Amino acid sequence: MTVTAELSQESLLRGYRTMRTIRDFEERLHIEIANAQIPGFVHLYAGEEAVAAGVCSHLSDEDWVSSTHRGHGHAIAKGCDVKGMMAEIYGRATGLCKGKGGSMHIADFRRGMLGANGIVGGGPPLICGVGLSAKVRRSGQVGVAFLGDGASNQGTFLESLNLSAIWKLPVVFVVENNGYGEATGQSYHQAVEDIAKRADGFGLPGVTVDGNDYFAVAEAAGIAIGRARAGHGPTLLECKTTRFFGHFEGDTQTYRDPNEAAEARASRDCLVAFRARVTDAGLLAGAALDAIDVEIAQLIDESVAEALAAPWPDVSELSTDVYIKY
Amino acid sequence: MARKLSFLLAINEAMHQEMARDERVIILGEDIAGGAGGSAGNDEAWGGALGATQGLKTKYPHRVLDTPISESAFIGAAVGAAASGLRPIAELMFVDFMGVCFDQIFNQAAKFRYMFGGNAITPVVIRTMYGAGLRAASQHSQTLYPLFTHIPGLKVVVPSSPYDAKGLLITAVRDDDPVIFFEHKAMYELEGDVPEESYSIPFGEANIVREGGDVTVVAIGRMVQHALQAAETLAAEGIQIEIVDPRTTSPLDEETIYESVESTGRLVVVDEAHPRCSFASDVAALVAQNAFDALRAPIRMVTSPHSPVPFSPALEDVFVPSPERIAAAVRDVLGAKSGSRR
Amino acid sequence: MSADAGAGDAAGSAAGSAAGSAAGLSKLVMPKWGLSMSEGRFIAWLVEEGAVVALGDGLAEVETDKIDGIVEATSAGTLLRRLAQPGETIPVGAPIAVIGPAAAAVADPAAVDAYAAELQASFVPADEADSGPRTEALTVDGRRIRYLRLGGAEGGEAGAVTGDGAEAPAGDGDTVVLLHGFGGDLGNWLFNQEPLAGGGRTVIALDLPGHGESSKDVGAGDLEALAGTVGAFLDGLGVARAHLVGHSLGGAVAARLAASRPGLVTSLALIAPVGFGEEIDGDYIDGFVAAESRRDLKPLLERLFADPELVTRRLVDDVLRMKRIDGVTEALAVIAAAVFPAGRQAGHVAAALAGTGIPVLVVWGTADRIVPVGQAQSAPAGARIELLEGAGHSPHMERAGEVNRLLGEFLTAGR
Repeated sequence: MTVTAELSQESLLRGYRTMRTIRDFEERLHIEIANAQIPGFVHLYAGEEAVAAGVCSHLSDEDWVSSTHRGHGHAIAKGCDVKGMMAEIYGRATGLCKGKGGSMHIADFRRGMLGANGIVGGGPPLICGVGLSAKVRRSGQVGVAFLGDGASNQGTFLESLNLSAIWKLPVVFVVENNGYGEATGQSYHQAVEDIAKRADGFGLPGVTVDGNDYFAVAEAAGIAIGRARAGHGPTLLECKTTRFFGHFEGDTQTYRDPNEAAEARASRDCLVAFRARVTDAGLLAGAALDAIDVEIAQLIDESVAEALAAPWPDVSELSTDVYIKY
Repeated sequence: MARKLSFLLAINEAMHQEMARDERVIILGEDIAGGAGGSAGNDEAWGGALGATQGLKTKYPHRVLDTPISESAFIGAAVGAAASGLRPIAELMFVDFMGVCFDQIFNQAAKFRYMFGGNAITPVVIRTMYGAGLRAASQHSQTLYPLFTHIPGLKVVVPSSPYDAKGLLITAVRDDDPVIFFEHKAMYELEGDVPEESYSIPFGEANIVREGGDVTVVAIGRMVQHALQAAETLAAEGIQIEIVDPRTTSPLDEETIYESVESTGRLVVVDEAHPRCSFASDVAALVAQNAFDALRAPIRMVTSPHSPVPFSPALEDVFVPSPERIAAAVRDVLGAKSGSRR
Repeated sequence: MSADAGAGDAAGSAAGSAAGSAAGLSKLVMPKWGLSMSEGRFIAWLVEEGAVVALGDGLAEVETDKIDGIVEATSAGTLLRRLAQPGETIPVGAPIAVIGPAAAAVADPAAVDAYAAELQASFVPADEADSGPRTEALTVDGRRIRYLRLGGAEGGEAGAVTGDGAEAPAGDGDTVVLLHGFGGDLGNWLFNQEPLAGGGRTVIALDLPGHGESSKDVGAGDLEALAGTVGAFLDGLGVARAHLVGHSLGGAVAARLAASRPGLVTSLALIAPVGFGEEIDGDYIDGFVAAESRRDLKPLLERLFADPELVTRRLVDDVLRMKRIDGVTEALAVIAAAVFPAGRQAGHVAAALAGTGIPVLVVWGTADRIVPVGQAQSAPAGARIELLEGAGHSPHMERAGEVNRLLGEFLTAGR
C-alpha cells in the first residue's frame, strides 16, 4: 500500500504507541475488574485499536471526537492523560472528571474529547454541532463521531447523516463494526452487510475498510478528514473490526462461539499485523517497538498504582459542577 | 412613554439584539426562516411557525439555519455546537416534540458539566412553545416545564409578560448553562411595556406582580395573567391577593415565596401543568416543609387535571385553570372551608 | 399644583371650568405624579370642608403603586366639597374636590353641587396610550440625553413649548433644569416638576449620562464630564440661561457647571448636594452599584428616606428595571469610582461658587443618612440654607410641598 511509504517514522511510532497503550490499558483493566477493584460498568476496546489510532492520527487537539460507551481507545488516541483516565475509572478525585463520570463519561475538552457516551447513538448529533460550530466560525476544525454497528440503527445516526449532508458539515462518521450490538449479531440486527452503503441514501460518500489494518484505516480516514477540512462535507467510514472481550466486563459471551475471539487474536490482531508490516518493510526496527512496549507497560503499572493510592472524591463534591452559576 | 411591544416581538427583539451583540449566537430550528428549497425562491417565507424569528435570516444568513424535521439531530447539534464555541438558540416548535429528542437534552446537555468534572460549558438555549388554549389537542398543547425542572443541570424559564420575556431570553443567551425557555402560545399577542434597550433579568428572582395581604398566589407563565384577572374580581370583594411569579422554575426563588406566605398565612399555587410531580406540587411541598408555621389554612393547588389536553373547545375551556377557579380557591383558603379535606 | 397644565387633563377640564369660573369655583383633581401614574388610591382628607386653604397646602393623602404623596391645593380659597372618599381608586385628572373663593362660605350650595355634578359627569379618563407629556431626546457629543419638558407659555399645553431650540417665549420666560441624583432619573422629580412649571416657566428634567434612558457612555464619569454634558445639552436646546436645581450628585453637577460656565446659570438650588464635604454613605453607593435583586436593593433605597415605608414595590422595580439595562451597572461604577472613590467624595465644589455671584439655595433634611446635613455649613457665603427637620436624603420626594414652596420662592426671587 502506498500510504505505508508516505508515513514518517515518527508517525508510525506514534500509531504503534497509541495502539499499544490502548491494548495494555484494556488488558490490565480486564484483570483489575476480575479482581473486583473497579466500580461499575466497563466496556473494553481491545481488538479495535487500529480504528481509533488510525483515525486520530489525522486530528489535532483543536479537532473534536464524540465517543461511545466503549470509549477508552478514543480517549487515549485523542491524547487524554492515561493516568487521569485510570484514576477516573477507579472513581478517584484525581480522575479526569474528578471521579464524577467514570468509564462511560471520560471527556477532556482541552484535547477535543467530547466525551465517552453512555447512550448508544448519543454522539452523532453532537458531532454535527461541532461541525456546525467549525463551519460558522470558519475555524478549519473537523469533528469525528465514533459509533458502533449497533448505534448505526439509531435514528440519531440516520438523522445526523442527513443533517451533515445537507449542511456539508466538516465531519466524519466512523462506524466500528465489530459484528455485535451488545449481544446481538449484525446479521440479525441489520439487513445490510456493509453499513457504509447507508451513506448512499443520504447523499454522502460511504467507505468500508478493514478496521484491523492500521494503514487501511489511516488512509481512508485521511481522505475523509481531508475532504471535511476542505469544505466538501461529511463521509461515512465503516471499519470492520473485532471485539476481543465481551460487551461489558463480566459478559460471559454465551452468544459467541468460544473460539471466535481467540481466532481473532491469532489472525487479526492489529498490533501483530502492524509490527510485521513495518519490520518486514524495514520501516522500523523491532527494538524500537519493544522499547515502546516496555515503556507502556510501566506507564500502565504506574497508572494503576497511582489510581489506587489516590483519594476518593470528598463528599462536598456531590452537588458541585451541576451548573456554572445557579 | 414606555414602548408597547407584544410578547412575540419582545422575544424577536431579544434575538435580534443578542445576534448583533455576539456573533457566536446562532439560531436553528424548523422553518425558523421557512421557504428554503420551495418553488417561490423565498428563503424567509415564515420567520418561524408563529413568526418569532422573523427578520433574522435576512440579517444573518449564515447564522440562522432552517433544519429538516429531525429534532434529535438539530437539538443535538445545538448542544454540540454549544460545547464547541457557539451560543446556539434552538427553536423546538412545540414542547410536545421533546419526546423525539429528549436524550440530547437531559442525558447530554444537562449532564456534560457534571459528568465531565466541571470541565464543560454548554451555553445552549432551547426555545419552545407550550400550553393549551389554541384547540391544538393533546400533542401540541402540553405544559411540560415540570419535566425539565426535575433535571439537574437544566435551567427552566417561564416568562409571564413581554418585559420579562425579553429580559429573561437575553439572560438565557448569555448564561453558560443549558436553558429551556417556555413561551405560551396563547400569550404571543399580549402587549406590555418593553424598553428598546437590551436588558437582562436574573434567573431565580421572583417578581411580586401584585401586592396584597390576604392570600399569596404563586403563579407562573400564562397563569400570572389569569391570577391578575382573579385579583380584580377579588379586590371588588375586598380580598387583596399577592401574586408571586417565580419567573424561573429552576432555579426557584423560594425565599420570596416564603416571605410572602409568612405575611399572608395562606397559599394558592396556580399551574397549567398536570397536578402530579408538578410545579404546583413542588411549591406546595416546599412551603409545607419550610413555612408550615406561617400557614393558617391548607394550601390549595389550582391545576389542569391529570388527563391529556382535550381538543373540543367545550372540554379545553374547562381544562385550563381559569380566573374563576383561582378566585374560588382564594375564597376557600380564606376560611369558608378552612381545614376541609378535598 | 397646576393640574390644568397636564395634557391628559384637557378633556375633563373644558366643560367644568366654563360654568364654574363664573361662580369663582375651581376643581382639585387627582394629580399625575411621574410618567406612568394612571390612577391613585385615595387614603384620607387632611382638611375639613369649609377650611380656608392656601396655594400649596397639603389637602389629601394619595397612594400610588410607586409612591405615596400629598395632594396640594392648586388654588387658594375655601374647600367647598370633598368629592373623593378614602379607599377609592381614582383616575388621574378626575375631580376630587371643589374649591371656591375665600369668602365662599356665602356660595350657593346648590350651585356648588351642580358644578360638582357637572365636573364628574364630564370627566373622561385619558386614554392610557396618550396620557400625559412625553419625553424627548437630544443627542449631544454623541450621547443621547432623554428629557421631559413641562410648562412654558402661560396656559399653554404642557410639553408643547418651543421644540425648535428657542427659549421659552412667554410667561416669565425662565427655564429651570432639574438634575437627579446618583442612580436616579428624571422621574425622581415627579412631585416637583409640574408644580414648578406654573407661571410660564419651562421646567426640564433630564436623565444624566449612565442613567434612565440616556446614553450609557459617561466618559470619565467625573463631575466635569457630567457637567460638560449638561452644558452641551442646554446649548443644544438653545437655552442661554437656566436655573439649575440639583439633588445629591445632580447638585454637584449643577454646582460644577455653574462654576465653569457662570453665564449659563441664573441660580442654583441644591438639595442634599454632593460636593460640600468628604463624607458620604459609601456602602450605599457600592451597594447600589452591585445590587441585582429586589432583596439587595430595597434596604438601600430605604436609606434615601426618613420614612422607609415610602419605598414601594414599584419604586424598587423601577430602579431594578433601570439597573438591568446593558451598560448601566458599568456606567454607575465609573461614576462612583470618579466621584466617590473609596467611599469618600472626591471633589469639593461649593468653594468654586464663591465670587460667581450666582444666588444659591441649599435644602437639606436633618435626618439625611446618605450625605450628612452638617455639610450644609460649607455652603458659599450668602447662600440661603433651609434645613428640613426630620427629612431624609430625598426631601423633594418625601416633603415635596415644602420643597416646592422653597423652590418657588427662590426661583421667583432669583430672577
